[in-house]
Amino acid sequence: MSEHIVSPRVYVSILLLLMVGTGLTVFAAFYDFPGPLNAVVALTIAVVKATFVILYFMHVRYSSRLIWLIISAALFWLAIMFALTVSDYWTRAWLPAM
Amino acid sequence: MPEGLATTHEAASHNALQHHFENMEQQREAATLGMWVFLVTEIMFFGGLFLAYTLYRYQYPAAFATASNHLDIRLGAINTVVLIFSSFTMAMAVYSTQVGNRRNSIICLLLTIVLGLTFLGIKAVEYHDKYTDNLIPGQLIPGHPFHPEVAAPGDTDEHKLHLVPGATVRNVELFYWIYFAMTGMHALHMIIGVGLLLVLTIMAWRGRFSPEYHAPVEITGLYWHFVDIVWIFLFPLLYLLGRHLEGHMG
Repeated sequence: MSEHIVSPRVYVSILLLLMVGTGLTVFAAFYDFPGPLNAVVALTIAVVKATFVILYFMHVRYSSRLIWLIISAALFWLAIMFALTVSDYWTRAWLPAM
Repeated sequence: MPEGLATTHEAASHNALQHHFENMEQQREAATLGMWVFLVTEIMFFGGLFLAYTLYRYQYPAAFATASNHLDIRLGAINTVVLIFSSFTMAMAVYSTQVGNRRNSIICLLLTIVLGLTFLGIKAVEYHDKYTDNLIPGQLIPGHPFHPEVAAPGDTDEHKLHLVPGATVRNVELFYWIYFAMTGMHALHMIIGVGLLLVLTIMAWRGRFSPEYHAPVEITGLYWHFVDIVWIFLFPLLYLLGRHLEGHMG
C-alpha cells in the first residue's frame, strides 16, 4: 500500500470546518437549551470536530485496517471505563437511605 | 562487502532504512503504528481525567457552572483557534515534507512552534489571572491558599466568585483542581510537542527528510493533532458548560 498524500485543499477545508465548529459551540453555549441539552450540543460539536481531525489531519481515512482496529479498540476500552464507572455513580442514589 | 552481494534490497535501500525492515514503506507503517499504540495509552490517560470531570460535574453542577463562568471565555476561544491553526500548519508541514519541499516544511514547522508558544503564553496569562483571584486550589502555592472573594448579590466585579444557587466555595475549589490538572497536563504535552518540533526543524534544516523518509514529521504530527483533540474537548467542558446559567444568577 503506497502512501496517500492529502492535498492542501483538503487541509484548508478541514481548517475552515473546525473554525466554524468553534464559533458554533461558543454561540450555542449562551443559548439556554432545555434540560441537559447544552452538554449534548457542546459534546456533539466536539466529537464532530475531533472526527475530522482524526480522519484528515491524522490521515486515518487513508490508513490501514490495522490503524482503524487500534483506534476502535482504544475507544471501546474508553467506553467500558466510562460506562462501568458512570453506571455506579448514577445508580447510587437509587438505593434507599441506610 | 563483495560486489556480487549487492542485492535488490541493497539497491533500493535508503540510508535511513533500519536493517530490520524490508523497505522504507514498511518502516514508515511501523512507525505510524507505534505512534498510534502510544496515543491509545494517552487516550486512556486523559480519559481518566475526563471521567473524573464527568463524575464531579454530575455531583456538583452548580459549583461547576460557577467556576466555568469565572474562566475567561475570550482567551479560551482565542486559544482554541490558535491550536486548531497550529494543527493546520502541522498538517502542511507533513505535506511539504511528503512532496520534498524543504523550505516550506521548515516554515510550517516554525509556524507550528510559534502558534504552540502563543497558546502556552495565553495559558500562562490565564493561570496568572487565577493566581491574582486566589483561585489556585489547596496549597499548591505555599502561603497562597484557595480563598476567592464571593460576590454579594448585585456586585458585578469579575474577579469575585458569582455563586450559582446551590454552589459552595469548597466545590468550586474541586473544579479548579480538575481544571489545573487537565489544562496543566495538556500544557505539559504542548511543551513536549514544541520540543519535538524544534528537533524536527533542525533535522529538516539539515536536509534529513525526503519523500522517502519523513516518518518523524508524520508521527510528531499525529501527536500534535492528538493534543489538539484533547483541547477540542477541554474548551467546551471547562469554559462553556454553565454559560447559559449566567442570566439566572443572583
